[in-house]
Amino acid sequence: MGGYGWYVWGSYGVTFACLLVEIVVLVKRETKN
Amino acid sequence: MKWFWYASPQTFFPLARTIALWAGAAAVLLALAGLYIGFFVAPTDAQQGEAYRIIFIHVPAAWMSMFIYVVMAFWAALGLALNTRLSGMMAAALAPTGALFTFIALWTGSLWGKPTWGTYWVWDARLTSELILLFLYFGFMALRAAIEDPRRADRASALLALVGVVNVPVIYYSVQWWNTLHQGASVSLTRAPSMAKTMLAGMLVMALAFWMYSVAAAMLRVRGIIRERG
Repeated sequence: MGGYGWYVWGSYGVTFACLLVEIVVLVKRETKN
Repeated sequence: MKWFWYASPQTFFPLARTIALWAGAAAVLLALAGLYIGFFVAPTDAQQGEAYRIIFIHVPAAWMSMFIYVVMAFWAALGLALNTRLSGMMAAALAPTGALFTFIALWTGSLWGKPTWGTYWVWDARLTSELILLFLYFGFMALRAAIEDPRRADRASALLALVGVVNVPVIYYSVQWWNTLHQGASVSLTRAPSMAKTMLAGMLVMALAFWMYSVAAAMLRVRGIIRERG
C-alpha cells in the first residue's frame, strides 16, 4: 500500500468489522425468536 | 401495491424478512464488485498514492450517514402526521445503522486526513457538522430508550429527528459556505465528476452496497421491534 497500509487497512478493517458485528447481532436476535 | 395493507406491523413483518434477504444478498455481491474495482481496477492516485483508496468506503459511508437521517426523519414525520405505528418503528430501526455509518465516515475520514492533511482531526465545518450528526443519532436513540411508553417515545423522538434534519444541508453545503480544510464535492448532479471513471464507478458501486446493507439491517431490526412491541 505504498507506506499507507495502516491508514488503508485500518479504515477497511474497522468498517467491515463494525458492519459484521451489527449484522451478526441482528441475525442472532432473528434466529433466537 | 397495497401501501396501507403493509402499513400494519403484522402484515409488514413477513415482507421485511424477504426484503432483508434480497437486500443482504445484493449488498454482498455489490461490495465484492466495489472492492474489486477499488483495489484492482482503479489506478493509483498521482497525488495521494494508495491512501486515496480509503475514499471507496469513506464517501459512500458519509452519503449513507446523511441519507439514512433524511429517511429516518421522513418516517418520523409520517408517524406524526398519520399516527401509524410502523413509521415510528422504521425510524427506530434506521437510527443505529445511521449512527454506525456516521462513525465509519468519521473514522475513515480521520485515517485519510492524517497522510493527506497531516492531522487526524481538525474542527472544520464539514467534520464538526458530521460529528453533530453522530450526536443527533445518539440523542434520538437515548430519547427513545428513556421513555417507557413506545408511542410517546415515537412522538418525542420524531420531533428531535425533524429538528435535527436541518443539520443535513449544513453538512452538505459546509464546504461551500465556509472556508474548510475539507475539499469540495468531487461528485455532483450538476457537473461532471473531477475523478477518473473507474474511481467514480468503484465509489458508486460501494455506495449501492452500503445502501443495500442498510436496507437489510433496518428490515432485520424492525422485525425485532415488531416482535418486542407486539
